[in-house]
Amino acid sequence: MIHSLFLINHSGDIFLEKHWKSVISRSVCDYFFEVKEKAVDPENVPPVLQTPHHYLISIYRGKLFFLSVVQTEVPPLFVIEFLHRVADTFQDYFGECSEGVIKDNLVTVYELLEEMLDNGFPLATESNVLKEMIRPPNILRSVVNTLTGGSNVGDTLPTGQLSNVPWRRAGVKYTNNEAYFDVVEEIDAILDKSGTTVFAEIQGVVEACVRLTGMPDLTLSFMNPRLLDDMSFHPCVRFKRWESERVLSFIPPDGNFTLMTYHVSSQNLVAIPVYVKQNINFFETGSCGRLDITIGPKQNMGKTVEGLMVTIHMPKVVLSANLTATQGNYTYDLTTKVLVWDIGKLNPQKLPNLRGSLSMQAGAPKPEENPSLNIDLKIQQLAISGLKVSRLDMYGEKYKPFKGVKYLTKAGKFQVRT
Amino acid sequence: MTDSKYFTTTKKGEIFELKAELNSDKKEKKKEAVKKVIASMTVGKDVSALFPDVVNCMQTDNLELKKLVYLYLMNYAKSQPDMAIMAVNTFVKDCEDPNPLIRALAVRTMGCIRVDKITEYLCEPLRKCLKDEDPYVRKTAAVCVAKLHDINAQLVEDQGFLDTLKDLISDSNPMVVANAVAALSEIAESHPNSNLLDLNPQTINKLLTALNECTEWGQIFILDCLANYTPRDDRESQSICERVTPRLSHANSAVVLSAVKVLMKFMEMLPKDLDYYGTLLKKLAPPLVTLLSAEPELQYVALRNINLIVQRRPEILKHEMKVFFVKYNDPIYVKLEKLDIMIRLASQANIAQVLAELKEYATEVDVDFVRKAVRAIGRCAIKVEQSAERCVSTLLDLIQTKVNYVVQEAIVVIKDIFRKYPNKYESVIATLCENLDSLDEPEARAAMIWIVGEYAERIDNADELLESFLEGFHDESTQVQLQLLTAIVKLFLKKPTETQELVQQVLSLATQDSDNPDLRDRGYIYWRLLSTDPVAAKEVVLAEKPLISEETDLIEPTLLEELICHIGTLASVYHKPPSAFVEGSRGVQHKRLPGSAGSGESVESPDTGSAAGVSDAPPAVIPSQGDLLGDLLNLDLAPPATTTGPPPPTSSGMQMGAMDLLGGGLDSLMGDESEPLGGDLGGSPAMGAGFGAPPAAMPASFNAPVSGGLDDLFDLGGGVGMPSGAYSPPKSIWLPAMKAKGLEISGTFARRAGVVQMEMTLTNKAMSVMTDFAIQFNRNSFGLAPAGPLQVLTPVSPNQSIEVALPLNTVGPVMKMEPLNNLQVAVKNNIDVFYFSCQYPISMLFVEDGKMERQVFLATWKDIPNDNESQFQIKDCHLSSDAASSKLQGSNIFTIAKRTVDGQDMLYQSTKLTNGIWVLAELRVQAGNPNYTVSLKCRAPEVAQCVFQSYEAVLKN
Repeated sequence: MIHSLFLINHSGDIFLEKHWKSVISRSVCDYFFEVKEKAVDPENVPPVLQTPHHYLISIYRGKLFFLSVVQTEVPPLFVIEFLHRVADTFQDYFGECSEGVIKDNLVTVYELLEEMLDNGFPLATESNVLKEMIRPPNILRSVVNTLTGGSNVGDTLPTGQLSNVPWRRAGVKYTNNEAYFDVVEEIDAILDKSGTTVFAEIQGVVEACVRLTGMPDLTLSFMNPRLLDDMSFHPCVRFKRWESERVLSFIPPDGNFTLMTYHVSSQNLVAIPVYVKQNINFFETGSCGRLDITIGPKQNMGKTVEGLMVTIHMPKVVLSANLTATQGNYTYDLTTKVLVWDIGKLNPQKLPNLRGSLSMQAGAPKPEENPSLNIDLKIQQLAISGLKVSRLDMYGEKYKPFKGVKYLTKAGKFQVRT
Repeated sequence: MTDSKYFTTTKKGEIFELKAELNSDKKEKKKEAVKKVIASMTVGKDVSALFPDVVNCMQTDNLELKKLVYLYLMNYAKSQPDMAIMAVNTFVKDCEDPNPLIRALAVRTMGCIRVDKITEYLCEPLRKCLKDEDPYVRKTAAVCVAKLHDINAQLVEDQGFLDTLKDLISDSNPMVVANAVAALSEIAESHPNSNLLDLNPQTINKLLTALNECTEWGQIFILDCLANYTPRDDRESQSICERVTPRLSHANSAVVLSAVKVLMKFMEMLPKDLDYYGTLLKKLAPPLVTLLSAEPELQYVALRNINLIVQRRPEILKHEMKVFFVKYNDPIYVKLEKLDIMIRLASQANIAQVLAELKEYATEVDVDFVRKAVRAIGRCAIKVEQSAERCVSTLLDLIQTKVNYVVQEAIVVIKDIFRKYPNKYESVIATLCENLDSLDEPEARAAMIWIVGEYAERIDNADELLESFLEGFHDESTQVQLQLLTAIVKLFLKKPTETQELVQQVLSLATQDSDNPDLRDRGYIYWRLLSTDPVAAKEVVLAEKPLISEETDLIEPTLLEELICHIGTLASVYHKPPSAFVEGSRGVQHKRLPGSAGSGESVESPDTGSAAGVSDAPPAVIPSQGDLLGDLLNLDLAPPATTTGPPPPTSSGMQMGAMDLLGGGLDSLMGDESEPLGGDLGGSPAMGAGFGAPPAAMPASFNAPVSGGLDDLFDLGGGVGMPSGAYSPPKSIWLPAMKAKGLEISGTFARRAGVVQMEMTLTNKAMSVMTDFAIQFNRNSFGLAPAGPLQVLTPVSPNQSIEVALPLNTVGPVMKMEPLNNLQVAVKNNIDVFYFSCQYPISMLFVEDGKMERQVFLATWKDIPNDNESQFQIKDCHLSSDAASSKLQGSNIFTIAKRTVDGQDMLYQSTKLTNGIWVLAELRVQAGNPNYTVSLKCRAPEVAQCVFQSYEAVLKN
C-alpha cells in the first residue's frame, strides 16, 4: 500500500514528506527528478515510475507534484485516485491547493494526512467525516480557541464514520432548507480543417448543493434519461433504482458534492455550437505568415454563446503577431508562444474576426506543424445534450425545501485543427 | 493565523526555547510548543532531542495534543527505543479508554512504532481491540495486525492473530470486513502459498454483501480479493458477475477497473452463446470509455489496461475507435498509448478514419509522437490489406515533406510493407533512393540497404549505391554492417559479372578487418557458401522469405492471460508478470484465467504436489525459431564427406580462396540457373530467415549422455556469451547406501546456461534392479522445485551407476529453512521412499542479469541501512583482485567498479538472486595480504552468511 508521500513544488524542492510505514529517504525522489528533467514540461512526466526498490506514482495538480512511494504491488489507480483526493481535501480546507497555503497550514496538513491513511490504507477520506475530526482553519475559530483554550480536533467519533451513510452526519440543522442542482456539460470535440467533426462527446456532471435538515431522502428524475451512455454515481445513489426506474434516489451528503457524472458519446446527439473559419499560413520566403479567423454560431439552440475565447499555440519560430480584432482583445505571449483572443459574447449579426500578419525569426525555415485552435465558450441555461430534470421529491422530512436547477454548457477540450 | 509562525527562531536557539515551552505549566503554551515541534519535523528538521519533553505531554485529556504527541512518537521512536518505552503505559491505558476514538487511536499508533520492546506490549491490547464492541476499533485493529506482521511475522502467527483476522471476514460491519480483507491480502503477499484467504462460496457471499455497503477503498480491496477466486461452475460465475456489474458505475476509477478485472476473468467461464455473455460485453465498453475523460494520470493507467483488454477481447471496444483520437494537448505519455490502441483497433471498417488521423499526427511537434505515428501507418498497411495502397501513398506524401526523422521512419516501415506484400509496391523505390543521403540513423540506413539488396535487379545503380555505403564501412553500426554484407552478397548473386570486386571487398572487410563475431561469422558463412556451391548459395540467400505476420507486437498469449488476471495492478502498467519485477516477492503465484464452461477443472495449481512439477517456465519467445534451428542443424550434420567444394579456406589462404571463389564459382553461376541442384543445402526455403536470428530458444537437453555432434554443438552454443566456469562444488554423498536400502546418491548443484541443475549419481548397491525413480522437494527458502520429472529411463541394475541431471526452477512453494540453503529431498523408487537433506551453494541462484548500474548501486548502497551490513574475512586467498573479479564473474557476481586506495583494491560488486533479492558487496584486497575482507549489504540480511560462503567457495576453487 502507500508507503510515503512527498510534496514537490514546480522547481523541484521537496517541501513536505509524510511516511506511513518506515521512513524512506528523500533520495528516492532523485529518480523522479531525473525523469522530470527529461520530460521538460511537468505535464509530461509519466505518472508511474519504477526504481530499483520502489515505485513512484505521482500526479501533477496546481503546479505541485504529489509523489507517493509504494513498495509492493498495489493498484496504481487506487494511489492516483487517493492523491487526487488529498489535493481535493486541501482545496476544500484551505480554499486552494498551493505550496504557500500548505506551508501556512503545515500542522493541519500533517494531521489530515495522518487521518486519511493508516499504514497505507485509506482511513477517512470523506470531507464531512474529516471536518468533524479536524476542523478547517478559520480566523474566527482561532480567535475563539485562543480565548477559551478550545481545540481544532474533535474528540468524539464522527457519526458518519460507521453508519450505512458514511457521507452524512446526523443532527444537521438549517433554518433555510435548500437543494440546488447544477447540470454542467462540457463538449469535447475535434474539428478538422474543413470544419467537419472528427470526434465529439459530452462529459456531463450534476453538481449538488444540499443544505437540508435531518435525514432527507431525495428523488431526482429526468425527462429523458435514456440520452445518457455511461454514468458514475456518488456512493449515496441507489443503483438498483436507477437500473429499474431511471431515477436518482439518494440520501444526500451535507453541503456541496458531485451527484453523478455522465457521458454522451453518440455523435449525432452532440451539437457543435459554433463554427470556425480559419486560415493560418506561413510563407516559404520572407519570414512571415498570415492569420485569419472568423467565428460564427452553429447549433446553439437559440441561446447566446458567451465567454468565447480562442487559444493558439504558435510554432516556436513565430516572433510576433500584428493583428486586428473586430471584437475583443488579443495577446501574444512571446515566451510561451501562446496567442489568446478573448472575444466575449458572440453577436450573430456581426461575426468576430481576427486577422493580420505573423512575423517569424529571420532565416528560419517554414514551420512543419500546423497550430491547433483551442476554443472556450459558455452557454447559460442550456444542457447541450438536451438533458432536463423533470422533478425533485423529498421524503423522510416534513418541511418544504427551496429547490432549483441550473444548466450550463461549456467547451471542454474543444479543438480545431488547421 | 497560519502555521508559519511556528518557524520563527530566537537568538537562544530553537531547541532550547522549545524545551522550556514544552515544560510550561500552561496547557495552551504546551500545545503550541508541540505544534512547533511537529512543524519543524514535517520539513525535515531534527527535533529528536526533545523526545523526553514531548513524551511528557502525552498524558492529557486534550485529544488534539495527544494526537500531536503520537505523530511525534511515530516519527522518532525508532531512533530512541529506550525512551519510547516511557510511552507504553499511556498506550496501554488508552486502549482501555471509554472513548472508542481514543482506543482506536492508541492501538493504531502503537502499531506504527516499529520498536521491538513496544511491540511486545501491543499483543494484549490488540487482542482486546480485535474483539472490541465498537466496529471503529475493530476495523482499526484489523489494519494493526498487518502492521504487526510487517514488523514481526512470527509473533502474529504465534499469537493467533491471523485466525482472529479471518474471523473478521464474517463481521457484521462491512467496513470491518473490508479492512480485514485488505490486511489479509497484504499479509498474503509475503506468504504466497499460505492460503490465508480461504475463498469458498460462503466467504464469497459475505464479501459480495459487504461490497455493496463499504467505502470505495474497501470495495477495491474486496474486488481485488474476489478476483483470486475461481468459481465452481458457470452459474456461480454468472451470479458473481451480476453482483459485481453495478460497481462499473462507481465514481472512483480504481473501483471501476477492479470490477473490470473480476468481470474479465469470470467471463472466461461463461459459455459464449449465453445471452448474459453478450450483455456483459456491452456493459464493459462505456465505463472503459469514461475512464478516458478523467485526469491524464488516470487515463494513462486506464490506457495501459485497455491495451491488454483489446488484445484479449477486441469486440468490447471495436466501435469506440474515436475516443482514442489524440488531442494536441494530451500529455505525451497519453498520446503514445492512445496511438498503440488505435492500431490494435484498426480494421477495414475504420481504416480511412484512422489513416486520416495518423497523417494529421505526423505533422505534430513532438518528435517521438510523430515517429510513432509514421510507424503506425506502416503497421496499418500490414494489418489491413485493403488499406495497404493508401498507407503507402500516405507514406510517400510524408517522405515528400523531407522532414528528416519522418523520412527515416517511413523508410523503416516501408521495408516491412515490402516484406508483407512482395512485388507490389516496388515502384516507390525510386523515391526512396532520392533520400539516401539524408539517412543518418542506423535503423533507417539498414532498412534502405536491405531494400537495395532485395531489389538489386530493379535498381540500375544498385552497385553504386551500395558501394557508397561501403566507403565508411567501419564507422557504421553493426546493424548496418550486417545488412550491407547481405545486400552486397545478394547483389552479387543477382548481377555476378559487375560486382565481383565489391563482394570481395565486403567479404574481406567483414572477415578480416572486423572484430565483431557476428559480422565475421556471417561473412565466413557467405564466403563458404559462395566458394562451395554458388548455385546453392543463390538458393539459400535469395530464397523466398516467409511473409511477416500481421501483428508483431502482440503480447504472448499465456502472458496476456496472466496479465488479464492482474488488471489494474502495476503488472498491468508494465505489461510484465509480477514475478518479473516485484522485488523479493518470493514465488509469486502465476495466475491463470479459468477455463471456459464445462472444463470444470481447478486451474490454479501452484503447489507442486506431484513429483512431476508443473512446468511454469516462461514459454519460448520465438517458438517457431527453435524448430527452424533444429531443422537447420540436423541438415548440417550430415557426414562432412558430401561437401562438394574444397575445404573452407583458412585465414592464411584467404586471398587465394577468394580468387578461387570468383573463378570456379562464377561458371556454375553463369550457367543454367534454373537447373536444380542436389538438395543437400537448399532444402529449407525458410533458411534464409534463420540465418539472421541468433539461436534464441536453445532446447534444453540435460540428461542425454554426451554423444553425437548435435549435443556438442548445443554445448558450444550454450557456452557462447556465458561466462565460463560457474563454480560448482564437487559431488558429495547425500544419501548413503545403508540408509536407503542399497541406493546411494551423491550429487552437487550447478548453474548451466542460466538453469539451476541438480546433478546426481545414483548407484545401486543392492542386489535387485531399481526402477520407477521419482523425486520431490520439501518447501524451501527459495522455492526450488524440479522443473520436470526425474529422467531415469532405464532400470538401474545392481552395481550400476547412472548420472542424472535434474533441471530446477524457482517457482515452487516457499518456506524459510534453517540454514537458509537447506533442501529436503524425497526420492522414491520401486523399493521405498527415502529422505535426505542437502545444502546447495547459494551461488547457483545468482542470476545472469545481476549487474547493477553504477548509479543504482551507489544509491542502493546508501539506501540500505547500515544495520544490514555484515563483514567477513576470507583467509589464505592468493588471487589478484582482477583474477578474483573474473572468477567471481563466472559465478554471476559482477564487479561494477574498482577503486585503489593505498595499495588496497576495493571491488564493488553486485549479484541478484532468483527471487529478486540484490546483494551488494565490497571486496577489499590488499596486495601481498592473503586475507580478503568482504562487506555485504542486502535488504534481506539473512542471506549474507550464505553469500559469504559462496564467495569463499568460489575464490578458493
